[in-house]
Amino acid sequence: MDSNILEKEYDEKTRSLIQGMVEAEEHAIASRKKQAAPEEECECRDGMFPNGKTPPKASRRQFLASAASGAAALAVGSAANAAVPAGSIDYPVQDDPTKVQGRLTNDDGGYGSRSQFETESRWRFPTATKESSWTMTPLDSGSGIVTPSALHFERHHGGIPNIHPDKHELVVHGMVDGARKYTMEDLKRFPSVSRFHFIECSGNGLTEWRKPTLKTVQGTHGLTSTTEWTGVPLSTILREVGVQDGAAWILAEGADAAVMTRSVPLDKAWDDAMLVYAQNGEAIRPEQGYPLRLLLPGFEGNTHIKWLRRLEISDKPFMTREETSKYTDLLDGGKARQFSFTMEAKSVITFPSGEMKLPGAGFYEISGLAWTGKGRVKRVEVSVDGGVSWQLAELQTPVLPICHTRFRFPWRWDGKPTVIQSRCQDETGYVQPTIKDLVGVRGLDGGKYGSIYHLNAIQSWAVAADGGVSNVHKY
Amino acid sequence: MYINIKTSNYFSKLTLSLLLLSVPVLSAAASGYGGPYNFGTPASPADIALIDIDAMPDGRGLPPGSGDYNTGKLVYTSNCMACHGVDLGGVAGTGAAALIGGRDSLASGKPKKTVESYWPYASTVFDYVKRAMPFNAPGSLSDDEVYAVVAYVLGEANILKKGRQLNATTLPKIDMPNKDGFISDPRPDVFIYE
Repeated sequence: MDSNILEKEYDEKTRSLIQGMVEAEEHAIASRKKQAAPEEECECRDGMFPNGKTPPKASRRQFLASAASGAAALAVGSAANAAVPAGSIDYPVQDDPTKVQGRLTNDDGGYGSRSQFETESRWRFPTATKESSWTMTPLDSGSGIVTPSALHFERHHGGIPNIHPDKHELVVHGMVDGARKYTMEDLKRFPSVSRFHFIECSGNGLTEWRKPTLKTVQGTHGLTSTTEWTGVPLSTILREVGVQDGAAWILAEGADAAVMTRSVPLDKAWDDAMLVYAQNGEAIRPEQGYPLRLLLPGFEGNTHIKWLRRLEISDKPFMTREETSKYTDLLDGGKARQFSFTMEAKSVITFPSGEMKLPGAGFYEISGLAWTGKGRVKRVEVSVDGGVSWQLAELQTPVLPICHTRFRFPWRWDGKPTVIQSRCQDETGYVQPTIKDLVGVRGLDGGKYGSIYHLNAIQSWAVAADGGVSNVHKY
Repeated sequence: MYINIKTSNYFSKLTLSLLLLSVPVLSAAASGYGGPYNFGTPASPADIALIDIDAMPDGRGLPPGSGDYNTGKLVYTSNCMACHGVDLGGVAGTGAAALIGGRDSLASGKPKKTVESYWPYASTVFDYVKRAMPFNAPGSLSDDEVYAVVAYVLGEANILKKGRQLNATTLPKIDMPNKDGFISDPRPDVFIYE
């Protein structure tokens, strides 16, 4: 690690917050291991996938349930019901499913749930309140490029409002020829588009500036998710209302308790912004802005205003709290960057990643995600020798613009300790930097973690001789 | 800063099609895509006023009303103090930010970002308090109360004289200590191109 980083010590408040985050992550890891093997000492670290790939052993309760009639009450998993993982139903397990009829068709009420043996879940960053907080997507267990809607990361500034779609309206006004208001029904009549895009919180990785802090890729990179979004191009609505000369900014405002607001350059609104009402083929989830969200492909997550109720077109930015006090990047010397919208090229190896354990030397398919707010990922390189040499990874096709791109790389591990890394290049030619590169231009004096936002550096995972994988800084 | 190129609106498309293609407008509208669709309904000034709560640095959007330090102290005591503290330093564990202090700390390596030290515009304080505070009852303060509590916070921060009335005229004239503290985004700031 760079000595410049080591010399900097955290203050007490920061140490305590970091400790809280570490504990939250450890709690999440421990509870997943417990779910994976509830009745004995956890052996999960001996498996490649500690996070629930080992099915829970059949419990006494399950055997009892299977002996009972099919009409037994079924409990849906939730935080309050730890019997089965959140989002699953506690169905009885048959001793031999070929010898008894399975459960009844459509008896789930017509809306499915995941297997009770799958335990992936978001975990919450331990902020002071649960209203203003965030949760991380379990990238370590993800496959392909799409994030299941239920696992999409969250960032709320005033809790999750519950909005009746019939009562929700979007008002568009300001420097327009004719201000209009739209019901959800109105918006759905417009020609629609569907696009796959990632959303990444600009605070993704904020704990990792000075030194490796969190252990898992969920903790270090879990504030990014990819979704197929469907909605109306914002440009369509701008044409409907008629934008006046001199307009340059647009204020987007949510209907949550934070009445969350961001100013967005009008260029972006004309370019590829969308008003989205669907997520992965169904209505957008309440946590993601139901019934309507502004989508600004490639821009930092907080600008994608959820529960969108108002758009005001103006000549100047509004300088709201979320673009002055927050989401600005304080640099060495005391000046702060403002309106740092774009999420730059970034990649991370999700398998193997922190807290996993490889069972021994041999073949592994390294896999991970790459993304950029500036178009398509052009290439991803992987190093299995701590950055000494780099080789091209295979990209899953189609490679979509401003979208998670899955990469894969065949690796024969010789069983010796090493460091594995990935770095990507986007179609502008920009190459993902090291933390040292970023600290070199931004310093470490911007906040309690050194800097806060827009960390897109190369992630390093150390693989120990015993196969254990851990988060390290290496450059 | 940002220029609205306004490359395509319906009018220019229409004009273009009439000039170049001589396609009758009605038949163009009868099939395929192309607006205006005229969905939705006009938003009346009353519709807009109901939710148009933002205030801008130049004072646009600030409502009528006023308040001062003394009134603001009462508003603060009953609505804000439980979380932001008697000394406006923020009560640990509530998540509430310190509102004052930290001036000249931004370049120190241990920055303390507060309204006093970091926020570049007084309008932002008004806007945020009005839209999102107090945390347990957001949007519950009257405009007079918001002016007053902003006057109190800025008074305690030694930015506003304590006898000063805050209103739509006086608020935009306040110079915040960090008004010149922000620069535009120069990224890409790391140049590794191939």
